[in-house]
Amino acid sequence: MAEVKNETREPLIELKNIYKIYHMGDEEVRASDGVSFTIYRGEFVAIVGKSGSGKSTLMNIIGALDVPTSGEYYLGGEDVSDMTDDELAEIRNKMIGFIFQQYNLLPKLNLLENVELPLLYAGVPAQERKERALASLERVGLKEKWKNMPSQLSGGQQQRVSIARALAGNPSLILADEPTGALDSRTSREVLNFLKQLNEEGNTIVMITHDNSIAMEAKRIIRVSDGKINFDGDVKDYAAIL
Amino acid sequence: MRSFLTMLGIIIGVASVIILVSIVNGYMSSVVESFASMGVNRISVRLTNLSSRSVSVDDMYEFYEEHRDLFAQMSPNVSVNAVLKKGDDSLDMSSVGGYSEEYLDLMDYDLEAGRNISYADIAARNKVCVIGYYVASQLFGSPTEALDQTVKVNGYAFTVIGVVERQDEDELEEGGSDDFLWMPYSVATKLSRSADITSYTFATIDTDDTDTCKTLLEDFLYEVYRNDDLYNITANSEMLDSLNEQIGMMSAMLGGIAGISLLVAGVGVMNIMLVSVTERTREIGIRKSLGAKRGTIMQQFVIEAAVTSSIGGIIGIVLGAIVTQIAGNMIGITATPTPAAVLISFSVSVGIGLIFGYMPANRAAKLNPIDALRSD
Repeated sequence: MAEVKNETREPLIELKNIYKIYHMGDEEVRASDGVSFTIYRGEFVAIVGKSGSGKSTLMNIIGALDVPTSGEYYLGGEDVSDMTDDELAEIRNKMIGFIFQQYNLLPKLNLLENVELPLLYAGVPAQERKERALASLERVGLKEKWKNMPSQLSGGQQQRVSIARALAGNPSLILADEPTGALDSRTSREVLNFLKQLNEEGNTIVMITHDNSIAMEAKRIIRVSDGKINFDGDVKDYAAIL
Repeated sequence: MRSFLTMLGIIIGVASVIILVSIVNGYMSSVVESFASMGVNRISVRLTNLSSRSVSVDDMYEFYEEHRDLFAQMSPNVSVNAVLKKGDDSLDMSSVGGYSEEYLDLMDYDLEAGRNISYADIAARNKVCVIGYYVASQLFGSPTEALDQTVKVNGYAFTVIGVVERQDEDELEEGGSDDFLWMPYSVATKLSRSADITSYTFATIDTDDTDTCKTLLEDFLYEVYRNDDLYNITANSEMLDSLNEQIGMMSAMLGGIAGISLLVAGVGVMNIMLVSVTERTREIGIRKSLGAKRGTIMQQFVIEAAVTSSIGGIIGIVLGAIVTQIAGNMIGITATPTPAAVLISFSVSVGIGLIFGYMPANRAAKLNPIDALRSD
């Protein structure tokens, strides 16, 4: 396969025995119930599961938005499991590019300012920030519209802006949470093709989805159910069990 | 719109602090000014002479001559109960008294016509007098017509040698500040049938020396009387000091009351900021997911609160200054916002923005990014 040359088999994400336990009154909810897996640099992984399966919890932990109750999580060799809020913020800023279902653009900022935001928090000087944000917008084909406000764009375009924002910080991991959830099938295809292209360029992508047909666009699939992993393998093997 | 409403509280608060403090200050300074025109540099001395211990006019003059470096003028005061008559016209409310030749300067008056009482008049006990504008116009028609005319004081004929300029621009009235007659004090003692002079007025060269002068007088009089109940020394500037103290208290009190409205405005700022944090939970979540640290979020909200309240503060200062001018003109005083009032109310408004912005900002900063992202 074409991407083999990029895949260095260097682990980017290592989850070891991750538990996330919530207490709802007397009841104990195990949103993650002993999850372990490794994702290597250059992979394109889809994490699938029905709602309530624990895939969102997994995405929060991988995205350094939350810490596990127990277990270890290494991102790029760093132990993220028990970092403070501000350390997590820095990890998110430097290592992860988020793509959300609802795009999550700030409505009062124009496209350029939106894309600049992670660079602003990283402390990149203004001039460089603008250049990098514009370059990022160019990659998603929206450079000319940099002055527009998010509300002036279609859903597909807004999702492309959020991809540009995710790319701007040059992250090690692109984490996409239901990236096509709010899009029609044609624009969904566009976004998926773009993610594939990014992966071929060497980016590591983890995509969270409930939709098997979307998941099939990845190369490796991890399926979660009741907080546990009940499938982890190549997309071809996954097709076989469906 | 909403941030304008927030600002409105601050604007009203700051403006009312400035208006109240400035108007009180303006009003009080006009009071002080009229007080100062009464002579803040004056010290009055009252004596109770006993047969064994007394201070005569000559003693007083001796003391005065010794301290000419500190005192500008001095005059004995001999008040006389008298009715002024000219033909059939009479005045019985006039203040009549005997003074030295320095009394005109001491009172800081100027002559409209004629001349002042001279030392020679005092030495020779000439029955001459200097009269006020009201007396001149009532008895003689005009100041110039009064000169060299005769006025009867308790039956004694006095020649008018001078008329003092009109003091009260607004009205001439009986018993007012233009209704007086001055004669040489040596003549007045005869008229009042008492050789004993018990009242003196001193004027200092420099108001700042008032305390020194007072002490000198006290030392001098105590030396003679050996009992401080027998004399009384009052400096006009002391009254001014206590007046100033009252002014200070009054403007602090009014400023404080207006300050409460600033505090209320601060609560308004906090309220709006809390609403704003709730409404912008999602924005905070997005920013946090992109790597904004607690401090960054905190900063954003605190700065927002501070900017809102300082803009409000500036508008309040401008509004306050304008209203102060208008109100000052209406009342007829010169009221200008004092730099202190402006500075204090502005810094209080910014401070309130910071303090009341802190709580909501802290709440924003501590939001969990996951919960924040999930909210709509």
